[in-house]
Amino acid sequence: MIHFVVHEQGDGVGVVVVEGVKAGQHLTGWIMEDDKDIEVVAKNDIPIGHKLALKDYREGDTVIKYGVDIGKVVKPIAKGEHLHVHNVKTKRW
Amino acid sequence: MDLARATFWGYKRQNGRIGVRNHVIVLPVDDLSNAAAQAVENNVKGTMALPHPYGRLQFGADLELHFRTLIGTGANPNVAAVLIICIEEQWAKKVGDAIAATGKPVAYFGIEQHGDHDTIMRASKKAKEFVQWASELRREERPLKDLWVSTKCGESDTTSGCASNPTVGNAFDKLYPHGVTLVFGETTELTGGEHLVAARCRNDEVRRKFQFVFDRYQQVIERHKTSDLMDSQPTKGNIEGGLTTIEEKALGNIQKIGRKCVVDGVLDKAQTPTGPGLWFMDSSSAAAEMVTLCAAAGYVVHFFPTGQGNVIGNPILPVIKLCGNSRTVRTMSEHIDVDVTGLLRKELTPDQAGDKLLECMFRTANGRLTAAEALGHREFVLTRLYESA
Repeated sequence: MIHFVVHEQGDGVGVVVVEGVKAGQHLTGWIMEDDKDIEVVAKNDIPIGHKLALKDYREGDTVIKYGVDIGKVVKPIAKGEHLHVHNVKTKRW
Repeated sequence: MDLARATFWGYKRQNGRIGVRNHVIVLPVDDLSNAAAQAVENNVKGTMALPHPYGRLQFGADLELHFRTLIGTGANPNVAAVLIICIEEQWAKKVGDAIAATGKPVAYFGIEQHGDHDTIMRASKKAKEFVQWASELRREERPLKDLWVSTKCGESDTTSGCASNPTVGNAFDKLYPHGVTLVFGETTELTGGEHLVAARCRNDEVRRKFQFVFDRYQQVIERHKTSDLMDSQPTKGNIEGGLTTIEEKALGNIQKIGRKCVVDGVLDKAQTPTGPGLWFMDSSSAAAEMVTLCAAAGYVVHFFPTGQGNVIGNPILPVIKLCGNSRTVRTMSEHIDVDVTGLLRKELTPDQAGDKLLECMFRTANGRLTAAEALGHREFVLTRLYESA
């Protein structure tokens, strides 16, 4: 069963595509571009559509999705944690 | 899906364009004429009024856009005949004459020196003639290239970028080589991925035009913003759906133009394209505004991917909704025409999802009502550029 998808190899985030992901749950991810599977343990409850970190981030790091810069980290994020507006901001506007 | 010999059944209009609907519309030029237009709609079954809140004391480019949008809506081949009502007869004539240039039946009415009652009576008599005439028009079989297809997504979430938007991209990549006229837009919603669109432009001239309209719109944001737009772009719905930044939203958005089609030209708002290919229309990213502009530019079928469940429709342009979010498909199923959630379970390939959308496109073009049409969604929203005088 696929719990999250990743657009490209090298992306630093996955998108949860099932409802009800809980902290501590072992998740299977699908890297769509390469048709490969990866495993990550969720550190928080994560709603459907929301992202989890696939690596540890420090403040000021850039988040890559679709192989492209989608914003900057404003609070440290550990692998498996929920990555969203509370810890990542736009670099534009 | 073999598209080389694909056909659909449409209405051939006097100017050669092909429509997939056969509406008789009652078009108010201004807010004051809504009541009379809606009274005509009530009197004559088979007509549809398109009320809106604008049209008074606009000037300059804003007024030009107002006229271009109304005239384009009336000229759209999904419309068989048009009744125009305006407080002032001169402007009713201006809009009426421009629509009549397509060759379709048009009648216009001014309210001043008549009042609502007399205007409604005159317009209703004409409307009855138009409806009975239109009801005898028949569809004919037409080649795929006669179909004009627009796209814009709304209430997007991260599943839009993984599933529903790439499905539109797959369909666009398949339609493009067959000479279909396509369009996408949402100028500020390319922010963070504008370089990818620029790289897809046919030549430097198109790229220069694209970059010009993109930069101009960024200046509008910079001039008026009071924050990083986290309250409006991404929207609350986008953020609820997991989208974090405008860059992430833009990269998902851009999936709609596929991987192969080339951006052949840049259109102003509501401007009609001059040939087949993929066009970029400088436009708002607000769903109803953008879809209204597509209808005014002459598009006859619309692909609308959604994540969190935007319920939009348009009075004259059938809006086909597709969704890759299983929660939305479960909770809002009456709004979704094409379910592509299987993509995220590996039960559907991108190619199969694209074919599923194209199959729905042909059925819709041939007359099947979309969910939005069946539910009565007729959002007609005119884009304003600045204050009235």
